[in-house]
Amino acid sequence: MKLLFERSVAGRGQTVFPQLDVPEVAFDQALLRRDMPRLPQMAEVDLGRHYTELASQTHGVNDGFYPLGSCTMKYNPRVNEQVAALPGFTDIHPLQPVETAQGCLRAMHELEAMLCEICGMDAMTLQPAAGAHGEYTGLLLIRAHHLANGDTARTKIIVPDSAHGTNPASAVMAGFTVVSVPSNAQGGVDLDALRAAVGPDTAGLMLTNPNTLGLFDPNILQICQIVHEAGGLCYYDGANLNAVMGHARPGDMGFDCVHVNLHKTFSTPHGGGGPGSGPVGCKAFLAPYLPGPRVAQDADGHLSFEQPEQSVGKVRSFYGNFLVAVRALTYILTLGREGIPEASSTAVLNANYLAHLLAEAGYDLPYGERCMHEFVIDCGPLKAKTGVSAMDVAKRLLDFGIHPPTMYFPLIVHEALMVEPTETEARETLDEFVQMMTAILEEAHTDGERLHGAPFTCPIGRPDEVTAARKPHLRYEFGE
Amino acid sequence: MGSYLPETREGRADMLASLGLTGPDELYSVVPEEVRCGSLNLPEGLSELEVVGRMEALASENVRFGTVLRGAGAYRHHIPAIVRTITSKEEFLTAYTPYQAEISQGVLQSIFEYQTQVCELTGMDVSNASVYDGATAAAEAVLMCLERKRGQVVVAETINPDVMTVIKTYCASRNVPVVSVPAASDLGVDLDALRAAVGPTTAAVYVQSPNYLGVIEDMDAVVAIAHEAGAKAIMGFNPISLGILRTPGEYGADAAVGEGQPLGLPLGFGGPYLGIMATTKALMRKLPGRIVGETTDAEGRRAFVLTLQAREQHIRREKASSNICSNEALCAMTASVYLATVGPEGLAQAARLCAGHAHYLADSLAELGFVCKSNRAFFNEFLTTCPVDADQLVSALAKRGILAGLPTHGGILWCATELNTRADIDRAVCAIKEVCDL
Repeated sequence: MKLLFERSVAGRGQTVFPQLDVPEVAFDQALLRRDMPRLPQMAEVDLGRHYTELASQTHGVNDGFYPLGSCTMKYNPRVNEQVAALPGFTDIHPLQPVETAQGCLRAMHELEAMLCEICGMDAMTLQPAAGAHGEYTGLLLIRAHHLANGDTARTKIIVPDSAHGTNPASAVMAGFTVVSVPSNAQGGVDLDALRAAVGPDTAGLMLTNPNTLGLFDPNILQICQIVHEAGGLCYYDGANLNAVMGHARPGDMGFDCVHVNLHKTFSTPHGGGGPGSGPVGCKAFLAPYLPGPRVAQDADGHLSFEQPEQSVGKVRSFYGNFLVAVRALTYILTLGREGIPEASSTAVLNANYLAHLLAEAGYDLPYGERCMHEFVIDCGPLKAKTGVSAMDVAKRLLDFGIHPPTMYFPLIVHEALMVEPTETEARETLDEFVQMMTAILEEAHTDGERLHGAPFTCPIGRPDEVTAARKPHLRYEFGE
Repeated sequence: MGSYLPETREGRADMLASLGLTGPDELYSVVPEEVRCGSLNLPEGLSELEVVGRMEALASENVRFGTVLRGAGAYRHHIPAIVRTITSKEEFLTAYTPYQAEISQGVLQSIFEYQTQVCELTGMDVSNASVYDGATAAAEAVLMCLERKRGQVVVAETINPDVMTVIKTYCASRNVPVVSVPAASDLGVDLDALRAAVGPTTAAVYVQSPNYLGVIEDMDAVVAIAHEAGAKAIMGFNPISLGILRTPGEYGADAAVGEGQPLGLPLGFGGPYLGIMATTKALMRKLPGRIVGETTDAEGRRAFVLTLQAREQHIRREKASSNICSNEALCAMTASVYLATVGPEGLAQAARLCAGHAHYLADSLAELGFVCKSNRAFFNEFLTTCPVDADQLVSALAKRGILAGLPTHGGILWCATELNTRADIDRAVCAIKEVCDL
């Protein structure tokens, strides 16, 4: 479809701003831009229709099933949006006197306390703007802890080979080198490999539990113990927290710090890639290093900002993605003590239900049917038999009007499809997904060749990604 | 309690039974007993009606000011009605990162349009799809410029202090020394000190213009100093100012970073905001974050995809140019809709109104004895002396519904935007006079 710039007609537009009511400032010519930016000039009606068309070519949770593993694409309640749009939140300046922003500070303070309770942590910062940003922040705490102990030799972070790509990337940003440890046959951490990897240079371990295969590591206490005995700390990647809320807490598993993804577990929308929010929680001994400012409450309930004395510094301006935090608070207040664990157990139930039916339908589940909130299908055997790959299955699913599972992750399963249904799907949605997957399996065996050309009903077919990367075309070129 | 579970209790019991399980606890049998937690210490859940009341009560604890004369990194601007209408469309709101291009052309095209607008706005060649905010954009830009033999960065002390802190955090963890260069007496960065600070190991020089205290920096000189030393020049900008002021591209900057909040995003107590980040073709493959490119499908139809992913964490893991994954996509779309709504002339008018109102405010304040601390050109912020106690002034004005400028640097940092009309400023100045006369 046409770009904004191709719809632009010189002279069109709407009157947003009034005429000057004060003298115009006469800037020195050298300070002025030479050419006007070629921004679109469009009537509001055409602008509105442009985006309506773009929306029709975008698949969101509200358009259909979205079992994108590791991303927790649960329903985003509308009340969260309504509350986050209250002018009493949106119109508050981050630097206005704290006496005039007590509602914002209270919202932050309450959310921090609730997240601490859910994670089994003692302190929390809302400053990180996304999960990876939280990982970075958590690793800065670990770094600060070792340096405060004069322990300058602890330069290595251990990451399992099943980890999210952000884990090793965050470790490097935080100044560490990365040691990868292999998974065992059950998909968990190989304890012997871990014992061999730890030592006086170990700063810490980053772990997702349940891991990216959707498996809860039953050796979790031993894993944390091995790292702690070697003098390292344990970092919990909260990407998969949706499996265990109210059933098991990272703090009780032995983790020292954690990040949570408000845009996954706590139902704030993903917005096509963001904004997210990645609060970081920690045990009390790491709290002095948290980014500042932190919300503090006095005996009278009055809230103010305090700067932690040994803070690692700020990781973002102001206090983080506040309006995202407002949505998460609304969500936790709605679900409450009983609803939070029920959300997790239902997410796990839905995943187990799907895993069982897909295994019955003939898909290969290399780590068995029992899982937590997600599971991985291996399309390797299917590909060997029919030539149909995980990519082909995923692309064919697009024709059924749903978003496919995550493809080719985790890396340790080569033809992986990672399925995370979440708790906000009814049984019939799951049953329909099984029917789609069954139909595709039949197609693979009868006319596998055709599947390489899927999808057939989308606005475009598979794009040429190789040319896109070789000859980058990253902006519209105006014809001149 | 509220719940978003579509399946009934009975339906879930049936599903459990189909798996041979008797209760939800059995789903967690693999979790060691020592790790299982009891009931959480959380309040009882609420109905929608109750939770709205609860959150409205929190919101009403905040004071909304009728007049805001404070900026310092967050700016209250007019947000055109269509901006919120478009960005609340649930397809945009509830989609994930557009990994599946075939059903994500809408989001992908909107990012491509955003990238184009950022290039037009800044005069740069390439933009990414956004980073978290202006401060992390600056920090990422500084890291992007590091080279094997250039491991030190030079930053003007005249930049926003939050941005300085974030740059220092990011650099400290990578053991990158940050040399800060003080302001001269006219509140612009001290160019002699800057010249002395850069050297053969300097990777980048970062200067913000207009700077934190409002002064338009001599970017010609800054870029020349950086380039003479073989270092990259990074310019921080205010996107509204670029409606009329000279662009980073025109100054010859190697990278341009800015806080995109003024482009249609509310103050929101600090976020979510938008990190704008653009650079030259030469640095394209070092740019962090998502980038959308145009290509075709097998039938030759125009198609948009996430591209140059060899830079990114999910492919390169520990060798990635950054760890960023989620960004601020919906905020980038907000900025894009804002720019398309106001158009080139609207953006220029917004800039003229901001500058005009700020200068009118400065002249009015000068008559009350609040004297500008710099005689340099400024855009919509300026630092004045404060002839009365600054904290008392702030609280006295707050009682009158006015958020005063920010007490800082031994004076007050004032800001005006298109929302501060002449009548609004006249009323505020009257109130300030009253407070001063008390």
